[in-house]
Amino acid sequence: MKRVNRSKLGDLFAKIAEAEALYLPVDAPEGARYEKWAPGKKLSNATNTVRSAKDFFFPQTERLYDVKRSGKTLEIEPPETETESFVLFGVRACDVRSFKILDSVFLADPVDTFYKNRRERATVVALACDRPEETCFCGAFGIDAAAPEGDVSAWFEGDFLYLKAQSEKGEALLAKLGDLLEDADEKDVETQQMRTRWMLSALPLGKVSFEGMKKTDLMDHFKNEKWRSLSEACLGCGTCTFVCPTCQCYDVKEFDDGRKIRKFRCWDSCMYSDFTLMAHGNSRNSQLERFRQRFMHKLVYHPNNHDGEFGCVGCGRCLQKCPIGMNIVKVEKALEATHE
Amino acid sequence: MNNDVLIPRVGVVTDIRTDTPDVKTFRVIAPGGGKVFEHIPGQCAMLSLPGAGEGMFSITSSPTNREFMEFSIKKCGCLTTALHEMEPGQQVGIRGPYGNGFPVDTAFKGKDMLFIAGGIGLAPLRSVINYCRDKRADYGKVEIVYGARSMDDLVDYREILDEWMTDEGVAVHLTIDRPQEGWDGHVGFVPTYVKELGFDTNMTAVICGPPIMIKFTLAGLTDLGFDKTQVYTTMELRMKCGVGKCGRCNIGDKYVCKDGPVFRCDQLENMPDEY
Repeated sequence: MKRVNRSKLGDLFAKIAEAEALYLPVDAPEGARYEKWAPGKKLSNATNTVRSAKDFFFPQTERLYDVKRSGKTLEIEPPETETESFVLFGVRACDVRSFKILDSVFLADPVDTFYKNRRERATVVALACDRPEETCFCGAFGIDAAAPEGDVSAWFEGDFLYLKAQSEKGEALLAKLGDLLEDADEKDVETQQMRTRWMLSALPLGKVSFEGMKKTDLMDHFKNEKWRSLSEACLGCGTCTFVCPTCQCYDVKEFDDGRKIRKFRCWDSCMYSDFTLMAHGNSRNSQLERFRQRFMHKLVYHPNNHDGEFGCVGCGRCLQKCPIGMNIVKVEKALEATHE
Repeated sequence: MNNDVLIPRVGVVTDIRTDTPDVKTFRVIAPGGGKVFEHIPGQCAMLSLPGAGEGMFSITSSPTNREFMEFSIKKCGCLTTALHEMEPGQQVGIRGPYGNGFPVDTAFKGKDMLFIAGGIGLAPLRSVINYCRDKRADYGKVEIVYGARSMDDLVDYREILDEWMTDEGVAVHLTIDRPQEGWDGHVGFVPTYVKELGFDTNMTAVICGPPIMIKFTLAGLTDLGFDKTQVYTTMELRMKCGVGKCGRCNIGDKYVCKDGPVFRCDQLENMPDEY
């Protein structure tokens, strides 16, 4: 365990940014968001960013390849592979866990090389939470916000930022910061950890559990009558999917810039009516079906395919942002109540 | 250089055959000749025409064909309309193969095969039918029931008449939905015709066609005494990636692109009806 005085945070960031790009949450009018650090930029105090950290590995839009046409001939130009390594500083425990869930999709055979390349080039400094919010329920998924996973785990306590390497990448990063850091005792953060864990358990969603979902099989969940009332008010806006750190559905689109056809990938949402639309029909015609798809995916399909791991990390963003106040906790409670 | 699975290779359309008023069959080879990649019957490929889009199509030729791949494509949307407007020599983007394919070397081996297709549903079955014809010793008798709206809508009609119908050990039963001048064959829908014909319940059946036709034909086969474990079908839903990641072709926890497109009908019983 190492530590650095808060007054030297600017020096710490400058030192990291000397060697590689550094991204961290900063305050913006709409709330905290990740930005590339530059002298003068201050780390946000917000519990979490409005958008999740998934953009760094699975950006909202990214170039896949270009195609040049001449007559009947096509020339396919793959993009240059990105080579910049970077440090993601201040990622909360929930978002760090979301990377593992995204890994289980994008790193499954055949590997998504765009995603894998970015994952390999990133060093994640995870920041422990000390002021969880009412919408937090990461504990439901076995996530400990007071001891986040990551290449380096970090805590703010008293006048210091405490840092503990958790991987080779993390050790390499701390080694580079050697002069700025002093040795510290793990006991210094234990009180904070206990306090955070107590706060999380005392919060409104502190006792939420999703494990009951596993007692009922897929078809019974699918046929549940409650989907109708749960989905009735859904606007199909897709906000939940865009702020969600684990939503990974994407679309592949293209545009003609006059010289080349540029193929790109962008986020998509299963909440949208054209998500499954084909020339001859749509397999999910109603908002009920689309709503059910999103929650079934996170609570049943994903766990079925990935050793019981739910496709949710309890970050609470969808609870904060849904315009009709619907969310995954309400869905889980309604479904489980049916089968009690 | 990035060689991600989402980045296609170039294929050349060397021949375009007009099968019906809205179905054309495209022959595709690699720019240097030969096939762009190998496949097994029932697998699919992503074809793209820059400016028009990209879509998943079943590979209609049999892998026993060493020189080229074929795709029978019905004109019904933006991309397929653009594909229909192509001329020979046009290059396309092609990637794959995707999906599980038919169990031709395991569950199908040594079996009497019953193929049932409706309309463009023959496209994915043509691959496995021709595979069985080319490896005749590996399979028992082959029966084919094929129906379309009209005589003009029967895909691969020449190949059916000249090759399939003249093959020993292959029986072909054609039907069209409504009577038509010049047609002295059977008239009626495929599911009813299948029940009329009646088949040995030891056969392994493969059905492909519009979802409604698949549902009624499966019910008909069950009435005849077929067990759902003997009946296979192949599905199609909207796809963007082909590798189980873009998230839209799932039926329950199964992805059609990766866990399918071929499913045994007893598997469908435990899957939501979202297709």
